[in-house]
Amino acid sequence: MANSHQLKRVDFIFRNENDWEKVLSSTIKKKPNELINELISSELKGRGGAGFPTGLKWKYTSEEESDEKYIICNADEGEPGTFKDREILSKVPYKVLTAMAVCGYVTGATKGFIYLRGEYKFLEAELNKEIAEFEYYCNEINFDFKISIFMGSGAYICGEETALMESMEGRRGEPRNKPPFPTQVGYMGKPTVINNVETLVHTYTIFKYGAKKFYDLGVQYSRGTKLFSVSGDTPKPGIYELELGMSLQDFVYEFGDGDTKAVQVGGASGFLVPRKKFKDAAIGFKGKLTGISLPTGGSMMLFNSSRSMFNVLDNYLEFFREESCGQCTPCRVGCQQLLLGIKAVKRGDKPALYLDKLMRLTETMQLTAKCGLGQSVANSFSSIVENFREEMIY
Amino acid sequence: MDSIQSLIKNLADQHGRKRESLLPIMQAVVEQENYLSEYSMVEIAREVDIPAADVYGTATFYSFIETKPAGKYIIRICKTIACVMKGKNQVLFAIQDMLKIKLGETTPDKRFSLLESNCLGWCHKAPAMLINNEVYTELTPEKVREILSDYMRKNGQY
Repeated sequence: MANSHQLKRVDFIFRNENDWEKVLSSTIKKKPNELINELISSELKGRGGAGFPTGLKWKYTSEEESDEKYIICNADEGEPGTFKDREILSKVPYKVLTAMAVCGYVTGATKGFIYLRGEYKFLEAELNKEIAEFEYYCNEINFDFKISIFMGSGAYICGEETALMESMEGRRGEPRNKPPFPTQVGYMGKPTVINNVETLVHTYTIFKYGAKKFYDLGVQYSRGTKLFSVSGDTPKPGIYELELGMSLQDFVYEFGDGDTKAVQVGGASGFLVPRKKFKDAAIGFKGKLTGISLPTGGSMMLFNSSRSMFNVLDNYLEFFREESCGQCTPCRVGCQQLLLGIKAVKRGDKPALYLDKLMRLTETMQLTAKCGLGQSVANSFSSIVENFREEMIY
Repeated sequence: MDSIQSLIKNLADQHGRKRESLLPIMQAVVEQENYLSEYSMVEIAREVDIPAADVYGTATFYSFIETKPAGKYIIRICKTIACVMKGKNQVLFAIQDMLKIKLGETTPDKRFSLLESNCLGWCHKAPAMLINNEVYTELTPEKVREILSDYMRKNGQY
C-alpha cells in the first residue's frame, strides 16, 4: 500500500463563500502567465476521469492564435454512479462561473458555455438567474465574458469532449478523431478549453488560496481533493470531498456496510475491485509509486455479498450497448456481442472458456475503438470476469 | 401556416437558422408537442435550410428527443445498476399496474408515457425517475402511486 494515506474529509468545494466578486476582480489583475504557472504548479488534473493536467490545457489554448476561442464547462455527467456535478451546480454555481471567466481571461476567450445534461434540466432556470447576476457584475467591472447554457438531450457519449462539441454544433454526438485536440480545434473549429464542472471549482480554490494549499493535499501524482459520489450497499450514500490517494481499504471501513464484497471505482467504465484487493488499491491517478492506482471521475459503488456480479456486468453491458454512438465497429458490435456472449455462457449455450474469447474481444476494443467509451468497456468487463468468473458461469 | 409551422418559424427566429440551433429548436418542439413528428422534422429542415435527413439523423440520436407520439407526461425510470439494486423493478411494476401500460407505451388518454432511462444521476437516492423535467427519488411502490395519483388529479381524473 505504498503512497496512500488515511481517509481525510476536506471541505473546499462546498464551502460557502460570498466573495466571488473579489476573487474574480483580484484574479484578473494578475498576468495570464502567472495564473497558468500557478495552475501547473498545483498539479491539478481533470476531474472528469481522464486526468489531463488542467494548467497545460489552459496554456495550450492561450498559445493558439485565433479571433475566437471558447470555454466549455462539461456538465454532461452521465457515468453511472456519478452525481457530484449536479450538487456543485446547485450549491456553488458562482464558483463555476467565476472559474470559467478566469479561464476566459487567461486564454483570451469571451464566450463560455455550460453543457448541461438533459436529465438536469430542472437546474436550468436557477442557473440562468446566477448567470444573469454574474454577467451583471462582469459588466460593472468592465470585464467582457458571456456565459450561456446548452442543454443536452440524453446521450451519455456527449460527455466525451469532442462528441459534446458535435452535439453543440447540432449534429449526432459522435466523437471526433484526436488530434487535433480541442485546445487547437474545438467548438466551431476554434481553440476551446473544455473542463469538467469539478475541475473548474478546484481552479477557483487554487486562485483564491494559492496553489500550495491545493498541492499539499493528496499524494504524489494525485494532488488535491476530489468529490466522491458514494452509492450502492452503503449506510451513508452521498457526496463526500476526500483527499486523493486514500486506500480502498480505508474507504470501505468508512463507507461499507460490513459485508462489502467489491467496489466499482469509476462507474461502468471503471474497475471492479474485489475484497481481497482492497488493501492494495489506492484511489488516484496512475503514477510510478502507487501499487494498483485507480483513477475515478468520482463514482464509488459498493456491492455486498448479496449481489450477483453477473447482474452487475449485464447491467453495465446493456448500458454500453445502448449508449455506444455506433460510428465505429469495435464498440458498436463489440458491446452487442459481449452482452450476448455472457448471457450465452450463463445459459450454458457456450462453454465457460468462451469467456476468454470475450476477454480478447475487449482487448481488441481497447486497442481499436475510436473513443474512451469503447476503450473502457474492457475495464469493467475484465475486472469483473477475472475476479468473479464462477459467478459468470454458474 | 399551420400551428407547427408557426411554432418552428418562431423558434428559428429565436435561436437562429444555423446548424448549431438545431438541438435547441428540436428540444423546444418536443417541450411543446411532446414529440418530434416527421412533419416537424421536415419543417425544421426547411427553416434551418439543411437536409431533412440530417434533422432525422440528429433527432434519432438523442434519447430525450422523442420521435414517436408520446403522452403529456413522460415517465423515465432509471434502470442503471444502483436503482436496480434498490428496488426499481417493484416501482416499475407499480407504475405499470396503475397506468395499465407497459414500457414504451402511452396511456389511451395520451397523458402518460412510460420509458426506461439510463443513469439519471441520483444513485445515492435510488431508485429515481423523471416525470418530464421533474425528479422523484427514493421511490417505493407506495410513494410512486401517490405521485401518480397527484398527476392524475391535476388532470381532472377521479
